[in-house]
Order: sequence, then C-alpha cells, then structure tokens
Amino acid sequence: MPTPTKGPRLGGGPAHERLMLGNLAQSLFEHDQITTTQAKAKRLRPLAERLITFAKRGDLQSRRKVMAVVKDKGVVHRLFTEIAPDVADRQGGYTRITKIAPRKGDNAPMCVIELVREPVDAKPKRAVVKEAEASTAAAAPAAEAPAEPEATEQSEATASTEAPAETAVELPQGAVAATEDGSAPEGYDVKGNADSGKYHVPGSQWYDATEAEFWFASAEDAQAAGFEPAGGESAQ
Amino acid sequence: MAVPKRKMSRSNTRSRRANWKATPVALSTCPQCKAPAPAHQACPSCGTYKGRYYATADRTEHEG
Repeated sequence: MPTPTKGPRLGGGPAHERLMLGNLAQSLFEHDQITTTQAKAKRLRPLAERLITFAKRGDLQSRRKVMAVVKDKGVVHRLFTEIAPDVADRQGGYTRITKIAPRKGDNAPMCVIELVREPVDAKPKRAVVKEAEASTAAAAPAAEAPAEPEATEQSEATASTEAPAETAVELPQGAVAATEDGSAPEGYDVKGNADSGKYHVPGSQWYDATEAEFWFASAEDAQAAGFEPAGGESAQ
Repeated sequence: MAVPKRKMSRSNTRSRRANWKATPVALSTCPQCKAPAPAHQACPSCGTYKGRYYATADRTEHEG
C-alpha cells in the first residue's frame, strides 16, 4: 500500500487538489519551467514524473492515463512528442526544484520547478574533469601545440582582446577592459558587468557594488554593445 | 472556565514581551556575485544557482 501524503490537502478539498495539480502539471509541460510555492512544487513533482514515465512508454493506454490529469490535448501532444524523447535516457529525476526568495506579499517560500531536458551526460565525471584540466594546463605553455579545440579558442580570445586572463570574455565594441585596481580609466565612467550583461551609470543604485569588467564612455555605447540598463531604464 | 484572578501588570506584560526577539537571517556568500545570499537558494541579487540563471529569482525583476 502506498504511503499516504503527509499534511493537509492543497486547496479546499480532494477535488480541488486534483484540479490544481492537474493545472500545475499542464503549465509545467507547456512552459518547461514554472514558479510556484514550495508546497505545491513538492506535490507536483511525483505527479509530473509519473506522467513523464507514461509519456516515455508512449502507447495509447498511457496517453489516455495522462489525458485523465492534463486536459489540454496540445500539451499532452507536446509531452509525448517533444519532452519524452529528450528524457528517454534519463532514469527518473525529470524535474528540478530550485528554491528562490520568499514571496513579497505573504512571505510564502517560493521555488522554480523545471523539466530537466538536457542530455544525461552533459556533466562529465570528476575524474574526466581533472584529466581535461591537466591536459589544458599542459597545453597552455606550448601555445602552438595542437591542444583541445576549446582550450585554443580560449587562449586566442584572450590574446586578441588583451583582456585579463580570468575573465576571458570578448571585449565589446566601444569598451575598454577593467584595470587591475578597479578604478575608472580616463574618459570611461560607465561600468559594464559581463556576468549580468548590464551597465551602470555613476550614481545609480548598484554602481558602487558592481565590479566592472568593462568601462564604457557613455550609456549609449554600452547599449550599442548589447548591455542592458541595470534595474531598467528609469533607474539610470 | 478558568479566568485570571488578577490583572496582569504592565511590568509583567512588558518583561514577558521583552524576550520576544528576532534572530538574524543566516546568510552565505553567492559564489557568482559575492553578495550575501541565503544558502540553498537562488541568489536574489544575481538570480543564479549552481551556474543556472532564474529570472524570477532576480530581485531586480520586481524591485527595479
């Protein structure tokens, strides 16, 4: 006998809970990623994983079983034809829950629940990573030697832009790289954050807290380089 | 039904309430942006968790 779910039902009663979970599952399969409360996400996870297992089986019987929960035929079609092949090699764990800061109005603990659709072998084993790092380190002094394509690309990028080695990012147009001590170069006072892709003009909210990878002469230059205004246009 | 025999003095009330204290939130440092952030949670200042980015976790989404 399966263990009964702990704690109270969601919503006003069993029927309400069934409907809510069905709607949550539908939204999840439609958008791949939804933001909800932790309580709902925890209830949704086993249901969504079971539905994906049905989708991987893929026959008419399992399609009818899924249709009993997710009412939208288009979403079920997407589940069976797009999501199921992506997770074919994955043995369970089709969803991922990431906690985020509590909700503003009622301080409810919130989270993002998403489908894990990337291939299973995307993250190599630790031993492999170590091996790759060792070979990269060996290849670095002998720059001319045929190293791995990734390693050479990186070194080329650093050489051409003359950016600091630890950032190793392409220098955008109309920008200068950050100096070692973090002070503004002559004539460039707009900070560009390479991690977030945002720029900060002097006096804006996060200007002092931002570590600039790039310096721009003006906000227009930063925008031309594809940087967003931090906190929206009005905050600048 | 049990009822209080005496009025509770202002002093007693206040000394009881003086022990209601708030505790500071335990924060660790975000490895991405070095801002203080709660552990096991997407960073509210840069929205990343374990190298993945969540736009809904970003505080600037709704406060900027």
